[in-house]
Amino acid sequence: MSDLLLLVPFVAVVLLYLLPKRARAVGLWVAFGILALEAAAAVLDRFATVDVGLLAPLEKLLGFHLATDGLSGLVILCTGLVGMAALLVARRTLESVNERFLFANLVLVAVVGINGMAMVRDLFSLYVFVEVTAVATVILVAAGRGDHVLEGAWKYIFLSVVASVLMLTSLGFFLLSTGGITLDAARTGLAANAPLAWIAMALFLCGLFVKGAMVPFHGWLADAYTAAPAPVSVFMAGIVTKASGIFALLRIAQSTLGGATPGREILLVVGAVTIVVGAFLALTQTNFKRMLAYSSISQMGYIVLALGGDLHLGILAAGLHFFNHAVSKSQLFANAAAVEKQLGTLDIDEMGGLGARMPVTAGTSAVASLSIAGLPPLAGFWSKLLIILALWNAKEYAFAAVAILASLVTLAYFLSLQRKVFFGKPLEKWAGAREASAGLLVPAVALALVTIALGIGFPFALRILLGGGA
Amino acid sequence: MIWFTLLLVVLVLAALWASMTTTLLRATLGLALASALLSVVMFSMGATLAAAMELSVCAGLISVVLVSVASLTRPRSIQEEIASRRSRLRRIWPLPLVLIAGGVALSFVHAPVDIVLRLPAGDGDVRTVLWSMRQLDLFGQILILLAGALGVLVLFRKEAKDDD
Repeated sequence: MSDLLLLVPFVAVVLLYLLPKRARAVGLWVAFGILALEAAAAVLDRFATVDVGLLAPLEKLLGFHLATDGLSGLVILCTGLVGMAALLVARRTLESVNERFLFANLVLVAVVGINGMAMVRDLFSLYVFVEVTAVATVILVAAGRGDHVLEGAWKYIFLSVVASVLMLTSLGFFLLSTGGITLDAARTGLAANAPLAWIAMALFLCGLFVKGAMVPFHGWLADAYTAAPAPVSVFMAGIVTKASGIFALLRIAQSTLGGATPGREILLVVGAVTIVVGAFLALTQTNFKRMLAYSSISQMGYIVLALGGDLHLGILAAGLHFFNHAVSKSQLFANAAAVEKQLGTLDIDEMGGLGARMPVTAGTSAVASLSIAGLPPLAGFWSKLLIILALWNAKEYAFAAVAILASLVTLAYFLSLQRKVFFGKPLEKWAGAREASAGLLVPAVALALVTIALGIGFPFALRILLGGGA
Repeated sequence: MIWFTLLLVVLVLAALWASMTTTLLRATLGLALASALLSVVMFSMGATLAAAMELSVCAGLISVVLVSVASLTRPRSIQEEIASRRSRLRRIWPLPLVLIAGGVALSFVHAPVDIVLRLPAGDGDVRTVLWSMRQLDLFGQILILLAGALGVLVLFRKEAKDDD
């Protein structure tokens, strides 16, 4: 069944191009339907348990070596939810049918890449699907308008190439040291403390740090998120960066590092530095999307930090924060798109009092902000609590303190954002501003409800999300 | 051995020229030369199919595509050319130094080059590996090409719209 998660979006892209031009409006809804099925499959865990008898000949013919577990399900669910939100935002923010059609196609290609990353068990295949996602995303970023688009796309592609070189070199070293490039072979090499295997792992991690925008490789992210069209920002911030860099780190921490000391220390230091630097950079921003971008860097640092804690609890905490951040951050970018559509600007200093005119946008934005800051009873509280517990169990008290203190900085920049944009006296110059259209509110409200529901029904939801596979 | 070393040195020089030259056409020629030399290196190491692939795709097809793109671009004025050359040289002059320093540093690392790779089933034939063992990666390659084709559609249409 997992083969279908690669084949269906791929075949859909090919078939959509056979449609007559006048029927292209349907492309966005086809992509939406595929992503809805994908999210449903992840929740029901059907792709792992369904009777595959009918698909056996196809699987034999293709010969793909794929495997699914709780972590794969988590990424596939996030991809479905975030992809649907991005498509709904695209419907209201991209002008022409053709733009929306191309966006839907590129999202489907990126989805194949992300699904592939979620299910492979081989470092080279992981690299291949990271590249598939990167190529589709670079084009999505470059398709925007304005002078800064080229800079954003250029930085993204340039650093992607650097990451690719690091990862390919690493694969060569793995072949030399272990004779294989499967995750199992890498684990064997690392367990035997082969120096070349550790050099290979360090290079692979550096490649993933670039893809995941960890400090000091974070330079590309803010430009790419800010330059990208609104639905691309939703998609990138929600799932692309996390899947390309952070999920691959999660998979490696789970399958190969096995709590080994050098790997854990690297993850702890990089995670902590990224949290702090990202949070303080977010605090100084005056552009709505740019602040969200630096906040993303900081929150992805939390996920990496969790991987350096207690192995099992750390992976659980990282997985949950991955999901929470994917949902809340794509929702905040949808909120930013609603504000930009009404005001024509993203400059926070020019805004004020929008809460009275855009109450739904303001309310959902507050939910996502407070969740990311880690306030109970929202979903983000639970994942941050688990991260701190994972660090505490591993006796990493200093890093647990960093995680707690940085949460205060997160709260500070999100409260500042809410105050400057939505609170206070409504400004005269925005007297004409109205609440965003239903098309932009639906994804924001739906994602905010997921955040609230997951926070309140945490024990039940956690069992569904991770299915005991992590 | 001396010829092999010489080949590698010329390969690096060609790659450096491709990176540092200020004209697209020369950069393309540098890349084609580097690819052709890499093919020779692969041939001499017995990787004939990989060498043929490198020669046909990288030295051949990609060079043709790049030259076609270069021919479509607007030539720069002399002033732009001088300004670009100065700024470009300022930015990338450390590149050769980094390469030389890296080479010297690597020469002190005793990499275990005598390790015999475990060959995959099917005599390690690249065709067997590609078609029978790495189908998933081949599928990924097809996807990258598809994404590239979509990219051409998106970006060229955008370019045409901007020109209007």
